[in-house]
Amino acid sequence: MAQRIEIISKNGDTRAQVRKEKLNLSGFSGQITDVQLVDVYTIDSSFDVSQLDRVASMLTNPVTQEAFLQQQISQNEFDWAIEIGYLPGVTDNVAHTAREGIEDLLGVKLGDTEGVYTSQVTYLSGTLSREEVTTIAGSFANPLIQRISIKNYQDFQGQGMDVVVPRVKLNTLPGADLVDILDASDDELKVIGKQGIANPDGSRRGPLALDLIYMKTIQGYFREQGRNPTDVELESISQTWSEHCKHTIFADQMDEIKDGLYRTFIKASTKLVRKQKGDNDFCVSVFTDNSGAIIFDENYLVTDKAETHNSPSALDPFGGSITGIVGVNRDAMGFGLGAKPIINRYGFCFADPEDTSLLYKGADFTQQMLSSRMIMDGVIDGVNVGGNCSGIPSPQGFMVFDERYKGKPLVFVGTLGLIPKESAGRLSHLKEAKPGDYAVMIGGRVGKDGIHGATFSSEAMDFGSPATAVQIGDPITQKQMSDALVKEARDLGLYTSLTDNGAGGLSCSVAEMARECGGCYVKLDDVPLKYPGLEPWEAWISESQERMTASVPKDKWEQFSDLMRRRGVEATIIGEFTDSGKCVVEYNNKTVMDVDMDFLHDGLPPRPLKTTYTKPIHEEPVIPTLENLTSSLHSMLGRLNVSSFEFISQQYDHEVQGGSVIKPLQGKGRVNGDATVTRPVLDSDKGVVISQGINPSYSDIDTYHMAASAIDTAIRNAIATGANLEKMALLDNFCWCSSNDPERLGQLKAAVKACYDYSIAFGTPFISGKDSMFNDFKGYDAEGNAVKISVPPTLLVSSIGVMEDSSKAISLDAKVEGDLIYVIGDTFDELGASEYFAMVGEEQSGKRYIGNNVPKVDVHRNKNAYVALSQAIQEGVVASAQSVRIGGLGVVLAKTAMGGKKGIDVSLENISQNTSRDDFTLYSESQGRLVVTIAPQYREQFEATMNGNSICQIGKVVNGDSFVVKGRDGKEIINTNVNSLLQSYRSTFEDF
Amino acid sequence: MAQPNVLTLTGYGINCDEETKFAFEQSGAKADIVHINDLIDGHKKLSDYQILAFPGGFSYGDDTGSGNALANRIRNHLWDEVQQFLEGDHLAIGICNGFQVMVNLGILPAVNGNYGDRQVALVHNDSARYLDRWVDLEFQGKSPWVQGVGTISVPIAHGEGRFYTTEDVLQTLNDKGLVAARYVSGDMCDYQELKSNPNGSLEDIAGITDESGRLIGMMPHPERSIKFTHLPNWTLLKEQHKREGKEIPSEGDGLKIFENGVKYFK
Repeated sequence: MAQRIEIISKNGDTRAQVRKEKLNLSGFSGQITDVQLVDVYTIDSSFDVSQLDRVASMLTNPVTQEAFLQQQISQNEFDWAIEIGYLPGVTDNVAHTAREGIEDLLGVKLGDTEGVYTSQVTYLSGTLSREEVTTIAGSFANPLIQRISIKNYQDFQGQGMDVVVPRVKLNTLPGADLVDILDASDDELKVIGKQGIANPDGSRRGPLALDLIYMKTIQGYFREQGRNPTDVELESISQTWSEHCKHTIFADQMDEIKDGLYRTFIKASTKLVRKQKGDNDFCVSVFTDNSGAIIFDENYLVTDKAETHNSPSALDPFGGSITGIVGVNRDAMGFGLGAKPIINRYGFCFADPEDTSLLYKGADFTQQMLSSRMIMDGVIDGVNVGGNCSGIPSPQGFMVFDERYKGKPLVFVGTLGLIPKESAGRLSHLKEAKPGDYAVMIGGRVGKDGIHGATFSSEAMDFGSPATAVQIGDPITQKQMSDALVKEARDLGLYTSLTDNGAGGLSCSVAEMARECGGCYVKLDDVPLKYPGLEPWEAWISESQERMTASVPKDKWEQFSDLMRRRGVEATIIGEFTDSGKCVVEYNNKTVMDVDMDFLHDGLPPRPLKTTYTKPIHEEPVIPTLENLTSSLHSMLGRLNVSSFEFISQQYDHEVQGGSVIKPLQGKGRVNGDATVTRPVLDSDKGVVISQGINPSYSDIDTYHMAASAIDTAIRNAIATGANLEKMALLDNFCWCSSNDPERLGQLKAAVKACYDYSIAFGTPFISGKDSMFNDFKGYDAEGNAVKISVPPTLLVSSIGVMEDSSKAISLDAKVEGDLIYVIGDTFDELGASEYFAMVGEEQSGKRYIGNNVPKVDVHRNKNAYVALSQAIQEGVVASAQSVRIGGLGVVLAKTAMGGKKGIDVSLENISQNTSRDDFTLYSESQGRLVVTIAPQYREQFEATMNGNSICQIGKVVNGDSFVVKGRDGKEIINTNVNSLLQSYRSTFEDF
Repeated sequence: MAQPNVLTLTGYGINCDEETKFAFEQSGAKADIVHINDLIDGHKKLSDYQILAFPGGFSYGDDTGSGNALANRIRNHLWDEVQQFLEGDHLAIGICNGFQVMVNLGILPAVNGNYGDRQVALVHNDSARYLDRWVDLEFQGKSPWVQGVGTISVPIAHGEGRFYTTEDVLQTLNDKGLVAARYVSGDMCDYQELKSNPNGSLEDIAGITDESGRLIGMMPHPERSIKFTHLPNWTLLKEQHKREGKEIPSEGDGLKIFENGVKYFK
């Protein structure tokens, strides 16, 4: 019988107070007089009252809380009660911990039909209508994963909230079905490919995302076999062939590019850079593994990988982003024989959180999408919980805002890892499953969550997007697994190969490892399940989180299994690696999959792609000239894309693991920096410098220059912080839209070409990458009209640099009055798609201006300047440095001053040769520029080291608070003070 | 005994074990990271150690209250060993989540020698949000851990660090001098213009000891402040030192606490 244990705070719950404040801020001002929270555990068991008493006291802190058993708390005064709990099958971490604790405390095991579930009741006092309460409930619950029940005081009286047991009930007898495709017409194949295999009731299981040409190839293969495929086979092939896993758009021929974009541009450029570097090549593993790896020092490699988790984050922002971050953690753990995750990075592209216009996935106002604000809050929170709970610092990240991220946000997550070069006498970046090794699944169990994640993200989001694609991460289960593998089992040599279960679940991880030895055999009956009743195809492709697959030699199994047991980590033999050339899967003593490895991995037919390219011409904006730019600078600092996101930096632990050197917030003024430095080895001064570059607005003019700028920015940010070009590598993340449209592919081709050109020219190799090609939303707007919202073509370039001596790192804040302020690099009228044009456009016409003169990267000039600046930083003559990015010099000068809380006095006179007006000089986003401050005694040395590069001293750091900028004719164009600049800079997200 | 053995506990989501071990090693101790299950199984023995460190982290993901679930596991399986250890002339330190574990286990502050009795609590910050920032701490009292430490700057990183207790217990803590550290406005609050009390803790309490002084717990992370380059303002201090011709420091303030622990056995 299910019973509720309700826990209430005795002396004020700050969560309730904060919730009240937030509700009052969000339009219920003054309406809500009181908020109380009650945490509820619903225990479905046969425990007697004394056992439940013990459980209740275990779950309660006697100093601050009281527990109520088997009765509802009767609040004396409230008007509404909202209870929010999880839907059946959704990961409930608190319940999981409570269950473990209960079993430990009482020395019992709860059975399959018993369970522990959590929920939370919010008691609201105030004059509110049911409709308003429903809105409030909707603002802190997501109907895709949570249930909401609402009662007013009258309904509540006497019976309280209902006892709800969200147990998963699956009634069917699981088994594999044959899918009749041998004689299927093209139309039938199309339907199967797009909507999925038919259920007995005629409904469809969800997208296979297989085009007709793929479906016909599969049909041909099974005709040769003389039989129909099972659903397990078809689902499995669909996962393996998905755009998400095979990256066909980058692999297939495109126009004249026979070998496809990836081989021709990305892979080839890395090969060339490595060759040019010769003995100084620091790459160890590129593009072949879950992460890329470079040499850190004589003992260690550092790995890096950046991922996206966009589609899931649109539906369940918290679940999507937490599974994103813990998922990319496994890309470190799944590198080689297992790297320890050491640093996270993040990047979020959102719509304006104040945009409250409604969107629907379905026609007739059905399937309402979450608000921009809910998506933003949930995504930020997901990375918070995922990163913090895993004990991995998340120092570096960014936010970009554009209305076109309203349908689908972009959620970039990255993880660096550390791995000794050798482990148990083996080179740790190499791995090979051997025939006869056990296939072992480690970590969490398998449920229905995360079915069709890989295929779902390979398509645009529309009304058919499946809810089961949503999942929630469990960072602690993963942390235990991570520690057991990369801190113990690896160095004991207990397994031969390791990979993560991400997209496609076991179907991809086992089949991928099986390539190393030539085959596999899996018995699906042995896969540990979260609840009984999963169909075999579901167990095979489910993306339930926190799992890795290892190949364990038979003679190591006992030791491996014993270690995992002692670490509280579940590890189960689910099959064996073979050299049969086949991927064979059994369920219930029947073969449910028997497919040639060659066909599975290389059977997909090429789909030659054609592209077109039309150069867009935008109207050149007409902007009135202002004598005084003071207020424009204040407005600029408060822009969503420019302002402080201190609230994120402070809620993401950036110091755990004890290696923080340059932090996300710098200087007295706590200004967000563009790069961070971390020492990953506690007894070494060597550092890792990381940064990112992203300029999606430039895609509106030219994707080639967009990509070039992203590369230049990622490099330049890191250089400013103390990295050097010699030891710097890059990662690419393409987030495109409508990638079946030749025009979009034409834009893609141009961007990838830029990656080739600039990575070679800078000598910075790409070591890993990822793409997400269909970031489109198809649905309906607030009036019910069909809309398609496509993200601007977005490329994130991440940089990773190794720094010999991290105590030479540089922060962005001005240090000492009297220091000289220099601009490195030239400023042009490059304001196309700039933040300034956007700002003025929005002010004047409500719509951002774009223009045409997008910033272009002069790689020769920039490279020389970067090399010289690195040298100056090594010599110790640079007091502060900062890269000029979005918002141009105006923003960088303000950040320098705000960071140091020192005034500045500068003149643009000597840097205006190539610009036509002061506002353009101030806000141009010309690439290749940096602002540095130098102690006067180092003037000569600095200028000598920078000799041959364009540098200009524009003024000084001054005592006091005044911030003065003079224009080309020597007249003041800005006169303000640092404190008020800081206010503008911090105002936008003050209440977040 | 010259060099104490430190047991740095790990498992179930503890995640500051490596840097805590390192801080002790830097201070001259010998330190091991030991999984709690190895203690429960008897693979490792608490009695082989002189200092027990409960590091920071997210044991059990803070589920059911930060530190609570791990404290329950210790209470269910290791209570006798822990009690025996604490009766000896040994030291124990809990940092952040480790402090939360000690408090939930009732070994801090254990006033009137009531080890096992939960007397204080660490609850959600007043912002109800996880917060990583630097604070200034003033250490006081007779505990060997705090001697000569004075006022230092270290970071906090927690969601549930607001110290709370009843008036009676608070009175006793004050009367008996068991408050080991309070949040104050010092160099770092001044530098970054931050309020001194980061989480709404009662009477600015950041750390406490038991009556013997051998057990200490604190929310802030001294192990993250053992190098000069840990400081948020090290790049500024470096420039100032350079221009004044002064030697650039290499250590951070937090190391003193670990050194004190090691010194106790010398």
